[in-house]
Amino acid sequence: MTAVVAPDAGAHEGTVTRRHRSARGTLGVLAAVTAVAATMPFVLPESQQAVAIRVLIFALLATGWNLMSGYGGMFSFGNAAYFGVGAYADVVLLVGHGVSPWIGMVVGAALAALLAVGTGYVAFRYKVKGAYFALATFAIAEMLRLLATDTTWVNGTIGYHVPLLAEESWWMFQFEANAPEYFWIGLALVVVAFLAVLFYLRSKAGRYTVAIRDDEDAAAALGIAVMRYKLTTMALAAAITSVAGAFYAQYYLFVDPDIVLGQTQSIQAIVPAVVGGVGTLWGPVIGAVIVGPLSTVTASLLRTPPDALSFLAGRSGLDVVLYAVLVIVIVLVLPKGLYGTIRQFVLDRWRSR
Amino acid sequence: MSTAEALTTRWRSVPAAPVVAIGLVFVLIAAALLKSGSGTITGQAVLTGLVNGGVYSLLAMGLTLIFGVLDIVNFAHGAFLAVALFVTYQFVSTTGANPYVALPIAIAALFALGALAQWALLNHTMGRPLESQLLLTLGLSLLVSNLLLLAFGGDPLSVAVAGDHGVNVLGAVANQTRLVAFGGALVLAAGLYLLLGRTRLGRAIRAVAASRQGAGLVGIDVRKIYVLTFGLGTACAGAAGMLIAPFTTITPTAGDQFNILAFVVVVMGGLGNVAGALISGIIVGLVEQLGGVLLTGQSPLFGVFLVFILILVARPQGLFGARS
Amino acid sequence: MSVLRVEGLSKSFRGIAALSDVDVEVAEGTVLGIIGPNGAGKTTFFNVVAGAFKPDAGTVTLDGTDITGLPAHKVARAGMTRTFQLMRPFATLSVLENVAIAASVGGGSQRAARRRAEEVVASVGMDEWADTVAGTLHTAALKRLELARALATRPRVLLLDEVLAGLVPTERQPVLDLLAGLRDEQGLTLVFVEHIMAAVMRLSDSVVVFDRGRVIARGAPADVVEDPAVVEAYLGTGVGSGD
Repeated sequence: MTAVVAPDAGAHEGTVTRRHRSARGTLGVLAAVTAVAATMPFVLPESQQAVAIRVLIFALLATGWNLMSGYGGMFSFGNAAYFGVGAYADVVLLVGHGVSPWIGMVVGAALAALLAVGTGYVAFRYKVKGAYFALATFAIAEMLRLLATDTTWVNGTIGYHVPLLAEESWWMFQFEANAPEYFWIGLALVVVAFLAVLFYLRSKAGRYTVAIRDDEDAAAALGIAVMRYKLTTMALAAAITSVAGAFYAQYYLFVDPDIVLGQTQSIQAIVPAVVGGVGTLWGPVIGAVIVGPLSTVTASLLRTPPDALSFLAGRSGLDVVLYAVLVIVIVLVLPKGLYGTIRQFVLDRWRSR
Repeated sequence: MSTAEALTTRWRSVPAAPVVAIGLVFVLIAAALLKSGSGTITGQAVLTGLVNGGVYSLLAMGLTLIFGVLDIVNFAHGAFLAVALFVTYQFVSTTGANPYVALPIAIAALFALGALAQWALLNHTMGRPLESQLLLTLGLSLLVSNLLLLAFGGDPLSVAVAGDHGVNVLGAVANQTRLVAFGGALVLAAGLYLLLGRTRLGRAIRAVAASRQGAGLVGIDVRKIYVLTFGLGTACAGAAGMLIAPFTTITPTAGDQFNILAFVVVVMGGLGNVAGALISGIIVGLVEQLGGVLLTGQSPLFGVFLVFILILVARPQGLFGARS
Repeated sequence: MSVLRVEGLSKSFRGIAALSDVDVEVAEGTVLGIIGPNGAGKTTFFNVVAGAFKPDAGTVTLDGTDITGLPAHKVARAGMTRTFQLMRPFATLSVLENVAIAASVGGGSQRAARRRAEEVVASVGMDEWADTVAGTLHTAALKRLELARALATRPRVLLLDEVLAGLVPTERQPVLDLLAGLRDEQGLTLVFVEHIMAAVMRLSDSVVVFDRGRVIARGAPADVVEDPAVVEAYLGTGVGSGD
């Protein structure tokens, strides 16, 4: 094998131990980040609580999308479907039947996973891939939106208001507006989703998922049941996304087809992941922290714009313009995303030491 | 079968299995007749479907051209359509002229916009994984429609054509402006078809679609062709946008729904198959309206999506392509 | 006793026959070389036998079990693994991870899979590159990775599609030695498609010659190359030109 040149000689010894250390490292960092984040309700002014909540919802959405599309290679443009299923499962059970949102969340996750497995099975069975798959996921989300709009059984276009309770209740997932509990619960959900992805990726199924993304035929040739692992990945991603939907419903107390099943949710699942770094663990979270506050920042900017921007007073859309530019620039210049690029840089430095 | 082949080998031979599609339309017409029990309702649905379908065809031809030559699934096509709506609105509200005067302006402006997008952004991702282009056009779509929102606000606007009135066509009624849009769309679609089939530029575009390397070897500037193709495709959205402006509520997101429909048309016609898009546009227009008669209480789009999913699953190469 | 038996295998694409009525048998612990001009149907044969395509007719029996038309992953699990002519690594994973994934198919702990992967990586002489990301490897290393990954699944039969293609002559000998070792020391059955005649002659216990989707000759390597039908099929394509 004399002709082969190892491109990054020097990174050889001790892979096994290094992997374990890095997993423990990830957990350590997660614990630290969570601890710091948990103090946010005391640090942030009450008016900024909503921003923090949005960051959490973006993080959940993007974590789900990233698992499916980043690690799984199944580019979805319709994660609103799962988000909406989660939100609707929550409000239908709660408003219609008085069922605890926690149970609604679990039911929603199961339904979203089922939806993912059903649609995924048909798609993969008939080899719907790449751009076609993206379009199919989009069509399914839109169909669900239209269905919800025209189905009186789920209140059609009117949607659902979650009735306000007389007093706070953990079991019924309701607290005073901007109570820190919302943030803590959201944070806990993000941590659980993060851990779920982390452990999934380290499991056999997760490793197969990445292998399948890299080369499906080669994976099948080694005996990997490609369909099963693609569906498992989709199901987990859908469940995570649906939890975001249920959390959304409980925080905003309002659900309608356009809001929870509309394109916007699908886009908000993609953008933070792209900004942070597709196919990285921290990318979606970091992306959410960057993208989440944008709309608030721009809203205040536009309410009292500096002179140079006075013509924009009272307008909206600047936040999306900014994150659209961010997405375009990142795709063109930093395809690994912000976190992905920095990590690569650090790794390279470390290796070339 | 690659899209390159779709553009070249199927160029002149349009139908391979359109019998299915036309059969489907007739079945739908029959079903609509039975369901509604009214020739008038069905006739109206057919007329409206045909007329809308013409616009879908024009829009989708642009989208499919871009896909066939560049392999880009352009999520920004609908946003470009919205730009054309606002170009028309701005022109009419500034000059007070007849909106149709804006047609060449909208076409030129959107051609320039599309060419610019390809030149400045997408040309840099050619040959990168599919995701890059999907994300880029998605970003572009968000950027364009929200710039419109910033500039014009979200309130619905309209462009009126003086003296617009309903025209009786075999018992069904359609507004004059809609009939003009239908006619104009078909004329422009035919023009695009001829441009691709008969001109030197068209030949170069097809050569690039068939083989990038091959086209480069015979001295075609591939990147220039990319830019021109994206411009041409976007110009289709420009034309479609102007033509529908007189009867469309003009908002920054007005293009979204058309974007979806254009995708359905493109997939039905076979990604990259321009002639397929022309026919499929009409079919989708009909399916939408007849589906509305059949599935009462459901959005007409629902039936369209159903057909879309069925085609993705059963005939991903579209109705007009051979199975690979 | 033949471990792999293929009978009456036929497959056509859009009405064009890629394989017609192909019979092939391989005895356990032997090496079968498959040769033939370009477009003879060798790779299609692999694709159908290994489950990438379903055959139109015919049966494939592995070790007495009918595996006809099973999907690729089930064929692999039944004990027959194939490699690809164009290397198909899991490009974002390291060499060791590539092999560990293969080793973990069919059960066992991840730790065990990792140990086995380390063994296999060492056995093909790649331990130096164990942590290298596969997407950055050169052809020769990728060929070995392809082989290592297939071996890690503990196959009884290994289908090798042009393992020597793309290697310079000095790189071929070690691979051939490796393959011979697999047969002689581990009793593996190998079926390999190869253009390089010298390699086929040296390694094969028997040879099958394909031409236009049919088997036109079979037998011991030395006999087959003398066969007039084979010479006819190869006229103009240059026997042994691979060297």
